[in-house]
Amino acid sequence: MISETRVLLANAQEPGLNTIDIYKRLGGYESLEKAYLHMEPHDVLTELEDSGLRGRGGAGFSMGKKASFLPRGEMAKYLCCNADESEPGAFKDRELMQRNPHQLIEGIAIAALAADAGHAFVFIRGEYDLQAGILEAAVAEAYEAGYLGRDILGTHRDLELVVHRGAGAYICGEETALLDALEGKRGNPRLKPPFPAIQGLYGGPTLINNVETLSNVPHIVRHGADWFKGFGTEQSPGTKVVSISGCVRRPGNYEVELGVPLRDLIFGLAGGPLEGREIKAFYPGGSSSPVLTPAELDLPYSFEAMAEAGSMLGSGSVIVADDSVSIPHMALRTARFYHHESCGKCSPCREGTNWTVKMLERVVGGEATPMDLDIISSVQTNIIGNCLCVLGDSMAMPVSSMVRKFRDEFEAVMSGADVVTRTADAAEADPAGSLL
Amino acid sequence: MSLDPLDTPGLPVDPALTIGRVPDRTPEEIPELHEVNCPPELRERVEELISRYPDKHSASIPALWAIQRRYGWCTPEGIRQVAAVMKVTPAYLESVASFYDLLRTEPAGTHQVLVCTNISCWMRGGDELLGAFVEAAGCSAEEAGHGGALSDDGEILISGFECLGACDLAPMASIDERYFGPLETAEAAEAIKQLRTGREVLPDRPLFKRPLPGGAKGVGVDDQ
Repeated sequence: MISETRVLLANAQEPGLNTIDIYKRLGGYESLEKAYLHMEPHDVLTELEDSGLRGRGGAGFSMGKKASFLPRGEMAKYLCCNADESEPGAFKDRELMQRNPHQLIEGIAIAALAADAGHAFVFIRGEYDLQAGILEAAVAEAYEAGYLGRDILGTHRDLELVVHRGAGAYICGEETALLDALEGKRGNPRLKPPFPAIQGLYGGPTLINNVETLSNVPHIVRHGADWFKGFGTEQSPGTKVVSISGCVRRPGNYEVELGVPLRDLIFGLAGGPLEGREIKAFYPGGSSSPVLTPAELDLPYSFEAMAEAGSMLGSGSVIVADDSVSIPHMALRTARFYHHESCGKCSPCREGTNWTVKMLERVVGGEATPMDLDIISSVQTNIIGNCLCVLGDSMAMPVSSMVRKFRDEFEAVMSGADVVTRTADAAEADPAGSLL
Repeated sequence: MSLDPLDTPGLPVDPALTIGRVPDRTPEEIPELHEVNCPPELRERVEELISRYPDKHSASIPALWAIQRRYGWCTPEGIRQVAAVMKVTPAYLESVASFYDLLRTEPAGTHQVLVCTNISCWMRGGDELLGAFVEAAGCSAEEAGHGGALSDDGEILISGFECLGACDLAPMASIDERYFGPLETAEAAEAIKQLRTGREVLPDRPLFKRPLPGGAKGVGVDDQ
């Protein structure tokens, strides 16, 4: 029987954990004091690099390595916490900020020390009003206690931290679009290189990390890189807060060591499929990840195993579809989301998401020909790798995986076969769907 | 004689013909503060927001939020007022406002209900929930699925919405910026009634009252 391994969520249900008093009583801000008073910034950075902590926002890039890319020198440097969590299926950052905001603030302050950043921003999605309020209150407490602001703990180091609310755009989770939004523009991604570490916010070197990544930092500083590597697998060290949703009995956030079998996550923790249902497919890493099938349930849940299986761990969000879900309709729902959220800057994404939606509407409407499935697949191939950011790819990857793995189901729908599933009926009843 | 239909006096102008034409007037410039009659509280709020950032433009999204909080939506007057305080053109702020789903450039009522219709919520009945809210509020289903629809009395905005980051509550809705779920379709009518009568909305269903599924210690960890 699988059990959770709680590090980030360890005291999550302690009443009042969002206040600085309770957080400190449980050992909070000791890591910040250790880093600021007893460690050199370089040593903090080395510790983070040695820990092997990989970004929890989707790309899985080494956090310490990213921080080490920032040039040294007198220029203004920035740290942005990406709290724009908008990937369908992901809701872990919401939980972490709502329950333990000081853990994040402490992580930001330590990471800012390592990256020599004097200004930090939390870019939180506009929909998270409750969480933004909790975070703002916690930031005010941290300023009051001298953990933020001028001359932190008498070290002559300064850090300003601003909670910046977004206003509803998935694309702002993309790091360069986030920077544009933070600079007060429409959130359009930028050409890379230059990467944000060299030229980011206001043209200065900028470290951008996800909420969960930064929430790990105080624990690594407190216990050391070796302790951290004691969890998870060699290439995916640490624990992961996994958001499980869809057709399962107990959806929610569970914290586990990376590398546990997917079956244990879905069945052991989330309770498996609903009464009388069977799992048909699942997204292992949010709606952008190619879907997997029950045959792949025994794979370990790690960055490397998911990549090997042709999918990705992404933000760590498992969405389960059972046998009542029509895969072509799920593909359409997925494509509509990316079509709505495409910023329109790059043609392959703007046009590709549009045409994919139109073709999938023809498929589920019984108006498509068998050739259309190949056209859909070729449109996806022509999106991948051809845009400034990966929004288009994020539609292309899951949609092409569904066409490939469930081609017979697409063909059945196209031939006008009766797809008597609950969700298929619902989608037809409301063809407007989520296309706002 | 000009062949341009817009230059022909006396002919009705088809608005479609004006698309893509450069209007024959200079774009609106940065308004002066004395021209806009900005309420002092809004002005102070925006000035405080500007002071938080190394560059004043960064305050544009928070400033648009401030307009929306004061007037219910990003009104043209509100945008002109804040443009004067920020010393940017109203067009600049409009260009930002029109990009973001939560910034409303049309009247948005006094209450907003956003119903998630994305993958996880759809699987658990998100479309039916949106339909129930539409019916309870008495608004257009078509518009609710395409950006939002106001109830007949103009009080309540119902909008189908992309993933709100609460798939664990599926199907769920954000009502006046607070999350509720999982919701039965029957609870939509209840929530609308509560909004209309000023009572607490769905007191048993808010997100913040929900424990972690693994309890205080986590699944499989002994509760000592």
